Amino acid sequence: MANQTEIKYLTPIAVDVKKKKYCRFKKMGIKYIDYKDASFLLRFINEQGKILPRRVTGTSLKYQRKVGQAVKRARHIAVLPYVADLLK
Amino acid sequence: MTNQYEAVFIMTPVLSDDQMKEAVSKFEKLLLDKGAEIVHQENWGLRKLAYPIQRKNTGFYHLFEFKAEGSLIKDLEIQFIRDERIMRFLTVKLDKHAISYNQRKRDKKNALVAEVKENN
Repeated sequence: MANQTEIKYLTPIAVDVKKKKYCRFKKMGIKYIDYKDASFLLRFINEQGKILPRRVTGTSLKYQRKVGQAVKRARHIAVLPYVADLLK
Repeated sequence: MTNQYEAVFIMTPVLSDDQMKEAVSKFEKLLLDKGAEIVHQENWGLRKLAYPIQRKNTGFYHLFEFKAEGSLIKDLEIQFIRDERIMRFLTVKLDKHAISYNQRKRDKKNALVAEVKENN
């Protein structure tokens, strides 16, 4: 019986080394997120103006809450839109 | 106990420059009368809104940063609501990180202004 368990590849399979996500606030030592700074907050929303989840941005829970708060404040004072398309 | 607060408000674009300044000074006076200490204020001028408010696409933004008793906020917000020139307002309490952030931002700006003056 042939040895079926041993499979040989001609080229080595590309195993993606996943880049570890990190919280940019913890890394950079940012303590306060300014709701008036629209260009910075744009990194945390998608092109529809929705807040991006933590699993996408890598933000820690502590700062994700602050991001959410800042985005919502920015929307209230019309610095960011509530709904949009093609924001970026 | 006094806290530090930040109030941003948007005035209708139909006002003339003088009318806008008059509205700002009204609220400045209100704050001072109630015993607030104005730390900083900023006029962003006429800015485009991200979405229309009262069918207007632009508005005059103004920002006050002040130290005051918490009981003053209620009076201030009532005045904001009553004033027809104000389209939108937001008052937030600043924590210690926010205060230092604002201070650093101002220092940076002042340094920049000083540098420009020196070069001229």
